[in-house]
Amino acid sequence: MRRMLTGNEAAAIAAKLARVKVISAYPITPQTVVVEKLSEFVADGELDAEFMKVESEHSALSACVGAAAAGARTFTATSSQGLMYMAEMLFIASGLRLPIVMANANRALSAPLNIWCDQQDSMAVRDCGWVQLHCENNQEIMDTTIQAFRVAESLSLPVMVCYDGFILSHTAEPVDVPEQKDVDEFLPPFKPQYALDPEKPVTMGPMGVPEYYEEIKCMQQEAMRAAKEKLVKVDVEFGKKFGRRYKLLERYHSDDADVVLLTMGSLSSSVKEIVDRYRERGEKVGLVKLKSFRPFPVEELIDALGHAKAVAVLEKNISFGSAGALFLDTAASFVNVEKAPLMLDFICGLGGRDVEALQIREAIRAAARAAESGEVRKTVRWLGLREKLVGLRT
Amino acid sequence: MKLTAGAVIVEPGNAAKNKTGSWRAFRPIIDVEKCTGCGLCSIYCPEPAIHKGKPAKVDYDYCKGCGICANECPFHAITMVPEGKR
Repeated sequence: MRRMLTGNEAAAIAAKLARVKVISAYPITPQTVVVEKLSEFVADGELDAEFMKVESEHSALSACVGAAAAGARTFTATSSQGLMYMAEMLFIASGLRLPIVMANANRALSAPLNIWCDQQDSMAVRDCGWVQLHCENNQEIMDTTIQAFRVAESLSLPVMVCYDGFILSHTAEPVDVPEQKDVDEFLPPFKPQYALDPEKPVTMGPMGVPEYYEEIKCMQQEAMRAAKEKLVKVDVEFGKKFGRRYKLLERYHSDDADVVLLTMGSLSSSVKEIVDRYRERGEKVGLVKLKSFRPFPVEELIDALGHAKAVAVLEKNISFGSAGALFLDTAASFVNVEKAPLMLDFICGLGGRDVEALQIREAIRAAARAAESGEVRKTVRWLGLREKLVGLRT
Repeated sequence: MKLTAGAVIVEPGNAAKNKTGSWRAFRPIIDVEKCTGCGLCSIYCPEPAIHKGKPAKVDYDYCKGCGICANECPFHAITMVPEGKR
């Protein structure tokens, strides 16, 4: 059934369709609607789940850890400061290998206080051992959330489904809502490998002494590697059943392009529009939209970008003192590759700043100049920056 | 032994395999003349690695050498001696 849904509603309905058993979350803008919707579903008897009200995000994820350890399909949602407050438990959830699924409506981090969209929050916790998937539109939020449970539960890895705050979370779009019976077929009930059960006692979260800790961490890395294949497998299966596929990354007119843009999330839609304009004029410009940020699809990126003369990364985050997180991992992907494209990093859209067509064209022009001259004068740049305000220009 | 995902321990009680006695820097020595067999040391021992008896018996496989028994013994029957010394 097709319905007009905001991104938050799509996430909540997807969790309901997944028949989650335990939800624990704390309201925070712009994610609050996810929690509101799910609590309504539970209160109205539409969803047979335990909705655990807590006093903070740290407690919300702690409650989810307990629920998942007991063998329940578990869901939570947050944004920004809430994700930061969860940081300690994020590592514990992944270290314990609990398949919790989280919706994260991407929002900027304080200070200064800002409730609008950028991807600094999820990038700040990129090393926490969660699978991190980024969505372009509300349909993708719905479908990714349903897929996330399959991936999470088959590999005992938590999955974070990220989507741009307000741009998607609060914007209604037509979304194809899958039938419950189809989702039930696609997503059977969760059967944990180990669960807390007095009849069959196990110890979860023991001390990991130096003789074992490194191996346990290596197992997390191996599980992440396996997640790459699993994401593809689940996506193919999803495509067969529901007619929609997403892949680890999407190539949009990029295969023969000299200049390729690389983005994540809703910005991809804007860039696609611009790419279309360039293509109408016969200019070889393309886009690669990265969906899976963790695991980072190194081989697929090399395959998608390797032929390009210049790659322009457009990203809504920055690792202060270095560059954007997406640029860093992309550049690292080519470290032992003989022929690598030139790469430029464009920091943009921070704190809800609109990324306009003009700026996307500016990035394309800069990358085209680099492609032509064979050199990059400045690797990391800002798009749409008012330099006078920073004192960079008088 | 292959590790489980998340380091879940599926064999309850296997902490016994970890012989914590190797951590010990000081070794409790019982003075058999002074020990009355009251068993207070075994109640205080956090492991428990000292057992009631006359004299009390230390399980050196697990005794970490914390010295609580020596501190608590009302008859000063337990002395902590640095490991390696007699």
